Amino acid sequence: MNKISEIFKNKKCLITYLTAGDPSLDKTEEFVVALAKSGADLIEIGIPFSDPVAEGEVIQNAMARALSKNINLDDIFNMASTVKKKISVPLVFMTYLNPLLTYGYDKFFKKCKETGIEAVIVPDMPFEEQREIKEFTDKYGITIITLIAPTSDERIEKLARQAEGFIYLVSSLGVTGVRSEISTDIGAIVSKIKKITDVPVAVGFGISTGKQAKDMAKSAGGVIIGSAIVKIIAEHKENAAPKIAEFVSSVKREIKS
Amino acid sequence: MSKGKYGIHGGQYIPETLMNALNELEKAYCYYKSDKDFNVELETLFNEYAGRPSRLYFAKNMTEKLGGAKIYLKREDLNHTGSHKINNVLGQTLLAKKMGKKRIIAETGAGQHGVAAATAAALLGLECEIFMGEEDTQRQALNVFRMKLLGAKVHPVKSGTKTLKDAVSETMREWTRRVEDTLYVLGSVMGPHPFPEIVRDLQSVIGKEIRRQLFEKEQKLPDVVIACVGGGSNAMGTFYDFIDDKNVALIGCEAAGKGIDTPETAASIATGRIGIFHGMKSYFCQTKNGQIAPVYSISAGLDYPGIGPEHSHLHDIKRVQYIPVTDDEAVEAFEFLSRTEGIIPAIESAHAVYHAVKIAPKMKKDEIIVVTLSGRGDKDVAMIARHKGVDINE
Repeated sequence: MNKISEIFKNKKCLITYLTAGDPSLDKTEEFVVALAKSGADLIEIGIPFSDPVAEGEVIQNAMARALSKNINLDDIFNMASTVKKKISVPLVFMTYLNPLLTYGYDKFFKKCKETGIEAVIVPDMPFEEQREIKEFTDKYGITIITLIAPTSDERIEKLARQAEGFIYLVSSLGVTGVRSEISTDIGAIVSKIKKITDVPVAVGFGISTGKQAKDMAKSAGGVIIGSAIVKIIAEHKENAAPKIAEFVSSVKREIKS
Repeated sequence: MSKGKYGIHGGQYIPETLMNALNELEKAYCYYKSDKDFNVELETLFNEYAGRPSRLYFAKNMTEKLGGAKIYLKREDLNHTGSHKINNVLGQTLLAKKMGKKRIIAETGAGQHGVAAATAAALLGLECEIFMGEEDTQRQALNVFRMKLLGAKVHPVKSGTKTLKDAVSETMREWTRRVEDTLYVLGSVMGPHPFPEIVRDLQSVIGKEIRRQLFEKEQKLPDVVIACVGGGSNAMGTFYDFIDDKNVALIGCEAAGKGIDTPETAASIATGRIGIFHGMKSYFCQTKNGQIAPVYSISAGLDYPGIGPEHSHLHDIKRVQYIPVTDDEAVEAFEFLSRTEGIIPAIESAHAVYHAVKIAPKMKKDEIIVVTLSGRGDKDVAMIARHKGVDINE
């Protein structure tokens, strides 16, 4: 079984996201530890990109803040490798393709392996374009997380069949960001996926409260929370660690209950 | 499997949420492009509404003054709405209507594509929303009002550099928010497949007309064909019909801004590297870490950090030569054409005119250059005045 799939065994998973370098890489390291200690089962670290087309305002702004500090991929790998020594929660990268293409795919995935990054989520790489990096993810044993959207319809079968680790089910149309209501019939999509594969499903996009997380986790194996955490970081900056921890523990309690 | 490749360029690097929308568009386009009724309807719109075919004008004064090759101007500036953009929007908006969409959305830089899209939507009875960088809405306030007059809603884009690339990103985001009843009418031969192909096909009327019109006047093919390139739609439309005619030299003029050795440039071929952005693999101006670079050109229509994937391929195989032209050179050509022929070209098109002025004197008198004037320059007059230090109120 894939290492990431294992974390979904016998529990509802909480996956959390934050952007590397917002407000600084030292703080990202501290926040990742806080996330892990307060109950995150998997942590998604976003690699900042100048023009993130799948992100809403909250994450766009976080990426702009990070880039204003001139951080690069080597710095992010260094941070990740330091933080790996402090926590055992699996880490994955969320990234757009261009920074990787520039850095070199082989070098990037080799360093992922050395650093202990388990997987990548690439919002601008649909299934049809996976050949772009597949050779390298295979070579270094890094999982590509498959995204399924409310509009995927008849694509679900082909997407789910090749998925590994977990399936990232996009809860709503549009980009990332906090939403007051999620109207997609998540249950129906999850059961469609479950007929095809045993790979666990986590729901993301728009989830910001414990109640939403609990609702989503009813049918799915877990939830992904991003913008809500990034908003806390934007508000509390260097001092966000305790606020993040408080928020994550409360969500964790809700989805367990 | 990856679709819409031009050599190593192109593809569909887009969020999963949009994949079915692109598949639906591809399917619809495949059907309608060979549908007789659709083509009759489109041709009628081209001819009766947009004023096609556009003239191929022999620029006698310019030719005599330069003393070399004969120069012909393909007058896309005479189309309804004043540029080649109308060719593309009539096709895509008609397609949207056939697909049962009730709303179109589009990005715009200077406002040419936005105005054209708002026009087509008004004509064909669809809702229209335009995304335009906040900076550009201020620089081109008149076009914002023009779009509103045509019934479109204009959203100033406040993210990133607040210019064309951010307008494209925001229109893509809007499409993921509301995809069911909406078609994104992309303005150039860029973005994910099938857009580069659809826009090229719709613009290819330019090159087809040039071939026919020049044959009527000169009974031969041109020796050199020149067009300006931002995303590259007027150039792709101009070149496409001549790609197999190896004796016809094809030249694309990209915006060098203040020079390709300065950071204030938008020349993707001369200064860019292969990258992946806005749904395509192509050449992009970017930083050493793979962040998309802020770009600059005096021309808002060429102020984009990338170029269409088919152009990148034509560059790779050396079929088209891409040449950077600076702001100052373009302004020089803008004034030259105004005075010599009484034609005020769009500052975008002036980039192409500059190169013609440069090479014509070195060519033989029986050789022929065709330059596509992609648009008219009324929109640029106030900006040129500012560039020359003249203070006028628009």
